Formats: sequence, structure tokens, C-alpha cells
Amino acid sequence: MGKIVLKSVRKSFGDVHVIPSVDLTIENGEFVVFVGPSGCGKSTLLRLIAGLEDTTSGIIEIDGKDATALPPAKRGLAMVFQSYALYPHMTVRKNIMFPLKMAGMDLAAATKKADAAAKVLNLTSYMERKPGQLSGGQRQRVAIGRAIVREPAAFLFDEPLSNLDAALRGNMRLEITELHQTLKTTMIYVTHDQVEAMTMADKIVVLQAGNIEQVGSPLELYNHPANAFVAGFIGSPHMNLLTGSDAQAEGALTIGVRPEHLDISTTAGKWKGVVSVAELLGSDTFLHVNVEGHGTMTVRGGGDVNLRHGDTVYLTPQPDKMHRFGTDGKALA
Amino acid sequence: MARSVSTRRKLFFTVAAWSVALLIFFPVLWTILTSFKTEASAVASPPELLGADWTLQNYSDVWARSDYPRFFLNSVIISIGSTVLGLLIAIPAAWSMAFVPGNKTKDLLMWMLSTKMMPAAAVLIPMYLIFQKTGLFDTRTGLVLALMLMNLPVIIWMLYTYFKEIPGEILEAARMDGASLKNEVLYILTPMAIPGIASTMLLNIILAWNEAFWTITLTTINAAPLSAFIASFSAPQGLFYAKLSAASTMAIAPILIMGWFGQKQLVRGLTFGAVK
Repeated sequence: MGKIVLKSVRKSFGDVHVIPSVDLTIENGEFVVFVGPSGCGKSTLLRLIAGLEDTTSGIIEIDGKDATALPPAKRGLAMVFQSYALYPHMTVRKNIMFPLKMAGMDLAAATKKADAAAKVLNLTSYMERKPGQLSGGQRQRVAIGRAIVREPAAFLFDEPLSNLDAALRGNMRLEITELHQTLKTTMIYVTHDQVEAMTMADKIVVLQAGNIEQVGSPLELYNHPANAFVAGFIGSPHMNLLTGSDAQAEGALTIGVRPEHLDISTTAGKWKGVVSVAELLGSDTFLHVNVEGHGTMTVRGGGDVNLRHGDTVYLTPQPDKMHRFGTDGKALA
Repeated sequence: MARSVSTRRKLFFTVAAWSVALLIFFPVLWTILTSFKTEASAVASPPELLGADWTLQNYSDVWARSDYPRFFLNSVIISIGSTVLGLLIAIPAAWSMAFVPGNKTKDLLMWMLSTKMMPAAAVLIPMYLIFQKTGLFDTRTGLVLALMLMNLPVIIWMLYTYFKEIPGEILEAARMDGASLKNEVLYILTPMAIPGIASTMLLNIILAWNEAFWTITLTTINAAPLSAFIASFSAPQGLFYAKLSAASTMAIAPILIMGWFGQKQLVRGLTFGAVK
């Protein structure tokens, strides 16, 4: 089991209200990603769930029981930290066995469990090494191993991949997703990388300044952002957000068009612009176009788009794919 | 060309370093040399070195005339006792200051350090009276307490600096892994801070061993350590330099040997956190 419910959870440091008030339900077995820009309170929220920070007010329930006042050790959760936080003086085996030792499990059973975890994570040949002798990816695996042996109610990941290089990050992303599919345990994952959020999550929670902006599946957030902030944050490259007369014509303060929802023409279209940078990715071409009256817009074209710096282009939004936002930033129906 | 300049610089710095080291060590060296001379040779002018009369008589005289083992034992008990007691108090104190600091933690640390700046003589009379009234005068317990209090700021500061180097996330990980506060300190913090704790221990044993003001003031016979042993050779029997030197050498030898073997640890401990 691993259902976690937050009821009016608040966290303040003196006069600074990091989390003004959050209500959230995380269902058993869900992979939930907290995403948002730096300083949005996503790590604080995770630490409140872990019990590493005390709530200012509100209730945190784990599997129907009030866990607000419980210390971290009693909550039955396991956490993987950004810095891995391995115990440098212990071997990999002892690191993985540490939670079991703390739980009072006998040595033989603990060794068996640690070996099984090591096998799943391809760590068998590194068991007698110290963390200092491992690569970043291996250390991250040990941290995950230490978490899974406890068979926790939920896993908490605090930006676990941000210290890894791009290639390894991709691999580990896949491994964590596979692990979730195998274990079917609740996972809460904090990241500022919206690509990680989109690819891994069952449910994404977008945070800004300690407030939840929107909760939903990756595609819900992508196709139906609740407000201009979510629209601009989810999706890579970012959605083009335009104001002024074009927005007013649509009856909105801001309109949003995703880069892939702009048709490109060299002869005619709604907006005229000049290509400043063309990024050729092979499969796609990202054009950064300086549009008169709107600044730089990003357009996604196919790999065969033959446009370069200085070329004139015309862009036309696909009308049914346009997003409209009102004066309060919220999406208009 | 550049190579010869760098070699010359190296030579200069090597000679300079050795000269400074010799200058600092010279009084100790001279004391040790004097302890092997006859009384006449010890006071000869100009000072004798190669032509001196060498003897072991001073050591046998000092041994015969005083109860060296008792002074030695007192020194051991007082210096180790005060250090261990200090560590027992300082480890939790430094833990809380490093990992759960409050608004006034920095002020508290500075205040503790400021107590070290006060001259010992300023509290001589109250300390003397308190020790007399409480029956702590001339007891090992009294000296253990006095020296522990004297060195506690240093112990806390050193451990605090060490603990600050340990990432808080590692302790949080231990908490998540189900460790109680006791287990967190026992299995994670202490093993990671062992080098720091060892160098703090070493330095404080040396400080306590070498302490002379309080050990001489607050003792007469029963709890007198080696500092009082040296002092006893300078006053009643006149200034017999060779014997005094022999007594001094016997008093400093144990700590000098310990310091020699522990110097690597000590240097690492004292410079920890200085770079990075």
C-alpha cells in the first residue's frame, strides 16, 4: 500500500511561506512527478512527506493514518537523494543492508535481500567496493538498492538524475520507469526537467511559488494546460505565448501555440518573420523566427525543412490547436 | 633558466623552514642535552656542547628523589579523563550546532571561543575558593573537571568544523533508513568523523598534559601531575639545571613521543576545512 494524502499542508520559514497550502491525493502505485522551476517548493513538499521537515500546519496521511507527527524512520518511506547520500565508510553491501540492520533483520535474511536487490540493479560484482570507487550511475543504483530492500510504502526521489550526464540520465530514466512497472509501488519524483516529468509520470503536479498550478496526466497537461504558466512550462521547446492585437482578436489576453502547431510557408501566412537560428536535429528542425511585433517564435518543422538563417518565412497557427488565456492567466474554454 | 631559479627557491625555502623549525625546537633540544650533562657542565660559560661531561646521573637522582610514577599516573588520568569527558559533552553539542543550528548558534560559538581569551589569572581566586569549598582541591576529579571546562570550547569548535564537512543529506538518508538518533550518531556520524575526533582527542590530551597554571595552583601532593613535578625541582632544591632538565625531559617525553607518532593525524585535524 502507498496512498498519500496531503490536507491543507503549509510550510513557512519565519515570514516566508514556502508552501502556502497544498491539498493533494497520491493513489497507491502511482508514479507522481512534482515539477516546477527552481525554488517552487517541490523539494520542500517532498521533504514534508518524508518527514525531514515539519509542517507548519495541515495533515499528511500515509495509508489512511495520520503521519504528520511521525519521524522519517516511522513513515515507511524510502528516499533517493540528488547527491546519492551513500555512507562513504561502508561497502556497497553494507550500504544496501543498512536499512535492514536498522529494522533489526537477522544477518542471513538481510544478506539474501541485499543480494537480490543487487542482482536487479546489476551491482553484484561491486558489492565489496566503497562508494568512492563507483561511477555516478553505479552510485545512483546503490542508492536505489538501499531504497528497494526496505519494501517501502512509497519511494521518494529528489532530483536523482541531475548529477548524471545526458546519456546516463536517459538510461537511468528508463530503469526507474521499469522498476516502477515491476514493483508497482507508489513513487514520488521531484525534478525541474519537464522531459523527465513527461516521460516517467502517471500524474504530473506542476508547482509554482509553493502552489499547485495543475495536476494531471502528461498528455492532459500538454493538451489542456490550465493556465499560461503550465502552458509555458510543459513541452519542449516551449509554447509560443503571444499578447496584443492577435490575442485580442481571439478574445483573450494571451494566446499560445506550440511549435509543432505552426504551419510554415515561404510564400504566404498569418505572421511574417526571418529565421535567426535553424537547429537541425535530423528528425526535426527547430526554427527560431523573429516575427514582426511578436519577437522570437519557435517552430518545429520536419527534418527536410530547408530553411536557414536569414530566410523569410510565413507562419500560420492551426486554429483548433490554439490555446487562449484570460486576464487571470487561466485557460478560456 | 627557470629550472635553476626554481631549484634555488626550493633550496632557500627548505633552509628557511629547517631554520624556523630548529629555532622552535631549540629550547626542547637544549633541555634534553642539558639533562645528560653534569651540573658543572650545564652551567658552564660559554655553553658546552661537544666537550661537555655526559652522564645519566641526573635521571637516577631525579628518579630516586621523587615519586615519578605517581606524577605520571596523575598526568595520564587528568589529560585522558578531561579529554574523554570533554568529548562526551562536545560530540552532542557540536552535532546540534552543525546539523540543527538555531538563530544564535554562531553567537554561542563565538561566546565559547571568547572564554578562551580571558586570562586564567582573572578567575584564579573564585576557582580556588570553589575548589576548596567543594572538596575538589588537590583531587584528580577536580583537575579533570577544570581542564575539561578549559578545553571544551576548543573541542567543540574542532568537532563543529569537522561535522560541518559531513553532508547533511547523509544523516537524513540514515533517518529515512530507519536509524534512531543514537544509531545515526553511532553508525554514521562517528565513523565518518573518526579522523576529526581522533585529532581533537590528540590535541586535547597534549593541551591538558602541558597545562601548568591550574594543575600547579589547584594541587599540592595527591593530584599533582608532571607539571607540578617539574615545578618541584625548581623551587625547594635551588636551581640545579641538569636535574631540572632531566625532570623536564621525563615530563615531556611521553607527550613528545605521542605527538611524534600522531603528527600526521594532528596536522590533518588542524588544517581540516581550511581549504575547499
